[in-house]
Amino acid sequence: MGELIVTILTGLSSAASLFLVAAGLSIIFGVTRIVNFAHGSFYMLGAFIGYTMVQAIGGTIVSYWVAVLIAALVVGLIGVLMEILLLRRIYHAPELFQLIATFGVILVIQDVAKEIWGNEDIVSPRAPGLDGAVEIFGQRLPEYDLALIAIAPMVLIGLRLLFYKTRWGTLVRAATQDRQMVAALGVNQRWLFTGVVFLGSLLAGLGGAVQLPKGGADLLMDFGIIAEAFVVVVVGGMGSLGGAFLAAILIGLLNVFGIQIFPNSTLVMMFLVMAVVLVFRPWGLLGKPETPAATGTEIPNEPLRPAVPMVKVLAGLVLAFLIALPLLQELFPTVLDPFVIVQANEILFFVLFAAALHFIMGPGGMVSFGHAAFFGGGAYTSALLVFHFGLPFELAFPAAPIGAALLALIIGWFCVRLTGVYFAMLTLAFAQIAWSIVFQWTEVTEGDDGINSIWPSDWVTPLVLYYLTLGLTVAGVLLIRRIVFSPFGYALRAGRDSPLRSEAIGINIRRQQWFAFTISGAFAGVAGALFLYTKGSIAPTSMEIARSFDALLMTLLGGVEALAGPVVGAAAFKLLEDLFAASEYWRGLMGITIIALVLLLPKGVAGFAQTGVGRRLGLSRAEEVRA
Amino acid sequence: MSTVLSVQNLSKAFGGVQAVEDVTFAVDAGEMRALIGPNGAGKTTCFNMLNGQLKPDSGDVLLGNRSILGLPPREVWRRGVGRTFQITATYGSMTVRENIQTTLLSHHRQINRMWTAARTLFVDEAMALLEQVGMVNQYDRACGVLAYGDLKRVELAVALANDPQVLLMDEPTAGMAPRERVDLMALTAEIASARNIAVLFTEHDMDVVFAHAHRIMVLDRGRLIAEGAPNDVRNNEMVQEVYLGSGAVHGVGSA
Amino acid sequence: MKIVKTHLLTAGIAVGLVAGAAGSAGAQTIKIGDINSYTRLPGHTVPYRRGAVLAIEQINKSGGVMGKKLELISRDDKGKPGEAVKVAQELFLREKVVLVSGSLFSHVGLAISAWAKRNKRLYIAAEPLADALVWSRGNKYTFRLRPSTYMQAAMLAAEAAKIKKAKRWAPIAPNYAYGKDAVAAFQKVLKKLRPDVTFVGAQWPGLFKIDAGAEVQALAKAKPDAIYNVTFGSDLAKFVREGKLRGLFKGRLVVGLLTGEPEYLDPLKGEAPEGWLVTGYPWYEIKANDHATFVRDYQARWKDYPRIGSIVGYNTMLAIHAMLKKASSTDTEKMVAAMRGLKFKTPSGPIMFRAIDHQSTMGAWVGWTKLVNGKGKMINWKYLDGAGYLPSDAEVRKMRK
Repeated sequence: MGELIVTILTGLSSAASLFLVAAGLSIIFGVTRIVNFAHGSFYMLGAFIGYTMVQAIGGTIVSYWVAVLIAALVVGLIGVLMEILLLRRIYHAPELFQLIATFGVILVIQDVAKEIWGNEDIVSPRAPGLDGAVEIFGQRLPEYDLALIAIAPMVLIGLRLLFYKTRWGTLVRAATQDRQMVAALGVNQRWLFTGVVFLGSLLAGLGGAVQLPKGGADLLMDFGIIAEAFVVVVVGGMGSLGGAFLAAILIGLLNVFGIQIFPNSTLVMMFLVMAVVLVFRPWGLLGKPETPAATGTEIPNEPLRPAVPMVKVLAGLVLAFLIALPLLQELFPTVLDPFVIVQANEILFFVLFAAALHFIMGPGGMVSFGHAAFFGGGAYTSALLVFHFGLPFELAFPAAPIGAALLALIIGWFCVRLTGVYFAMLTLAFAQIAWSIVFQWTEVTEGDDGINSIWPSDWVTPLVLYYLTLGLTVAGVLLIRRIVFSPFGYALRAGRDSPLRSEAIGINIRRQQWFAFTISGAFAGVAGALFLYTKGSIAPTSMEIARSFDALLMTLLGGVEALAGPVVGAAAFKLLEDLFAASEYWRGLMGITIIALVLLLPKGVAGFAQTGVGRRLGLSRAEEVRA
Repeated sequence: MSTVLSVQNLSKAFGGVQAVEDVTFAVDAGEMRALIGPNGAGKTTCFNMLNGQLKPDSGDVLLGNRSILGLPPREVWRRGVGRTFQITATYGSMTVRENIQTTLLSHHRQINRMWTAARTLFVDEAMALLEQVGMVNQYDRACGVLAYGDLKRVELAVALANDPQVLLMDEPTAGMAPRERVDLMALTAEIASARNIAVLFTEHDMDVVFAHAHRIMVLDRGRLIAEGAPNDVRNNEMVQEVYLGSGAVHGVGSA
Repeated sequence: MKIVKTHLLTAGIAVGLVAGAAGSAGAQTIKIGDINSYTRLPGHTVPYRRGAVLAIEQINKSGGVMGKKLELISRDDKGKPGEAVKVAQELFLREKVVLVSGSLFSHVGLAISAWAKRNKRLYIAAEPLADALVWSRGNKYTFRLRPSTYMQAAMLAAEAAKIKKAKRWAPIAPNYAYGKDAVAAFQKVLKKLRPDVTFVGAQWPGLFKIDAGAEVQALAKAKPDAIYNVTFGSDLAKFVREGKLRGLFKGRLVVGLLTGEPEYLDPLKGEAPEGWLVTGYPWYEIKANDHATFVRDYQARWKDYPRIGSIVGYNTMLAIHAMLKKASSTDTEKMVAAMRGLKFKTPSGPIMFRAIDHQSTMGAWVGWTKLVNGKGKMINWKYLDGAGYLPSDAEVRKMRK
């Protein structure tokens, strides 16, 4: 009896902090439609700043909570800073483009936090007055858990009052329900957005600060929480606070009971929950179907046309350079050391990976947050065939796209029923499930140690592998282009541009999207196999969220609207990484560069072609003026 | 003339509100038929049931003599029912001609080809359709930069691409200048009669309705209250009451 | 914010300098590549590098080796095996290092090792604990310094076996290979020594994602006499706090792998657990083998005390120094030959790299935790030489095939 009650209370208390963070994320998304990846960083800052404040002033019960509130306020103000300096300038950019900007912020905050608070984990003191435990039917429960259980509903009630009893709140609700309404609000819009980001960031900071007595602050908190917060928001229903509350509690309880029954379920539990919820309730528990989900990509109003001569010439030059690179390297070893071949090789298979993602993201209008599943899926297909059956390179390599395509076929079948952010989150959920299978099924996959020493046949020297990578990447990119301009590609784009019209002219959009998803998976699988045979090893890290985001960032950085986007984006991303690799502060440098690029080129690096300067340089056609 | 589309006892309720109630009518080939009524009368709901976007609670929809009830919109289209929307729905990332070509590709069941460039397929057919709606000169332009009236013409060409027996046009002239309205409907009427297509359209502009409809149906609170030739409908007391009551008399009696 | 900006600026300049320096250093120095997870786990890896840098500086001060100075070139592997392989290539092809060393995560170490074997380059793994690294996946070009998971778990199990009242054991370990291996090894050795023990209700929280309250509830439910803890870092802090508040540790023996290492014990401050049997690093009390001198030098150089990472980093560089002296060459095959059976002195005691499996005999410190002046310390500790916990030659031959 006591055990059951304490277990339930434990689950409820662990839901509290998660709810606060998720609520903030949901509010920001609801109004601004920004998928704010930096939200986890605000949570982390809340913990660090909270710790500092508590150390400084939090000696008594009252001052402790004052310190917590100050931390939340400071984080809210940092959010405002981000909104005014960064987000405000790119609201007009295609949806989800802001995502890379917030990613830049994450990188910068990581380095800043490391500089200020040091390398070591911080364990925070317990809260004064709540530092003991209470006995419930002979079972002990920390007093602070009771405080957490109280805080979540208090915040929920406070937010409801704010949203239903104030004019500002009414505006926020209106904006959440109908994006067009926001535009009609006129001058208030700017400050409405700022205010919303303030509130959302404050909640993230509060979430970080209130969990301090349960642990502390460390530099891995940001990535640790962000996926979970997204899961809660999506399971609850985008933009629904009550839904987030319910979902946080559901996940908290499932966790606490789940590990008693299946102690191994810790990695996958919440993603399983999300997958099940989304399959059966595509808009989350309390979400409304009519809530417009972000489509991910803006529908361009300029026709997609084959490359202009100037771009073809440029592409030809780059290709010629890449073909000649090994020779040039030998001729000019002082300028080009042998490592440039390795760099070019690595850029190439990431270009292919990004191009695969772009195929569904650009022409398909489907944003996948889980494409690493197919990258890793391809690599593991080959690796497992070699490891268990001793298949030679010549057979194992071509199996990669088949394995990845099969995986995409299965995952895609579920995902194409959804659109926008829900689609994205379901891909994420399936990718995480795939990842955890590879991670935990040690008998077959060797678990997180990965599979080592998978090398190509002897005839595939590093030079041959380079040309193989170059050939397959170029062929892949060209083939994807071909498909985009084929009837299949037109029908796919039709489904993105106007689902209504497409259905009315006999196109089965889901089927089209499902096949496109599968094709994209196959190409990602080729990239994964190239990765495998270049590195000689594959581990579950190649299937984790970070790898999916790499592809997403490359594609967005390059520009979703341009077909050259993923090529340019992957190359730029990897070159920047290499440029900063030797620095201890590579994250900060990378973050600042990304932010600068986002501000300077809000249509992506390849989107430069469509700027006035780009057009004058002949990189794209002259713009048509509206009649 | 032969009946192409017949609607029998169609009903639909949304949470207790009877949006369409027991509607029955038939449209003949080559006929221009208007469906009018005040806002919220159930016109769009009716349309959405005809092309499969909504499932009726009861009743049947026959194309020729085969029921198309329960088919998804794309299947209804394949059987020969074209549709235009109140707010134009075209493809922004394609040129005018590509919009038509995409439709033709779907019509000829070639959308799964992955090698040939779509731009080179069905060029002549697409141009012929554009010719019919007077958009040949603008074939290579982006839909996003077209004038609204031209966009409507493109939609008409799209709707004609699969040689439909029936054309459903939801508020075809909404948002257009008066001059353009007349032109577009004259064009539609011309094509309908030349190709023997049954056109069913909803419309707010009574000038358009009375100028082009062969027969007019009036819907009020989900029920069909009148049906007949323009003159009969104009003089129908119930119709006048409905329109006077709703305060939305446009051209009733003046055309 | 001001501080930060300056730092980032210096960083930017540093990038330029490193790039420039790469070309000019020439053959005056012998370059040593260093790959570690500097951004993923800085709490552990930064002390490692400090130890390594201190050793390099001391070696160079005393004249270097083969008439040349040593130069350490560090790279971040970002915690990803693919990245580690790439920087290994960069270090060899661009920086012209003679060998690579370092790394902490097992999957990273295993990937570098596989690459080293393929490309016939020397890799001296410092800390990846996976047993496979030198045994089932061991190869000619890979050597490892730190005692492996199996060795450390075996040491703890041998000590735990002496406590007769602990019969019912519940393990908690992070849900990944290291955690699983650590539990399996402990279980195997303890059961061999004490056939009367049973293991119940193992808990597997996600690494750095522990839901501590829930885990403590689940452990308590299993009603064990003793708990075997493998969690570390932020997981450990949360686990200890919840466990204390909920009375989990009351009247129970707790054995903790790595728990006594300053990296993990010190952040707990006054809340450090008392009376746990742990492996760790009591740097403040080790006097033998000039360890005190090492501590003094380290503190003078870095204004900070050493962690376990520091001594491992220091010893790794001493090993490289000793190897180069013995080989008198930077030819890979000659260096490999020199590594096999290499004996050298370190502040933690004499170490030998076994020829048969390339595992060093570096040991670990095992003792009991206690709060001293509001800080967690190890008492009644002893240093257990790794040689006593290594598999026999016959076993090694079977594993390495």
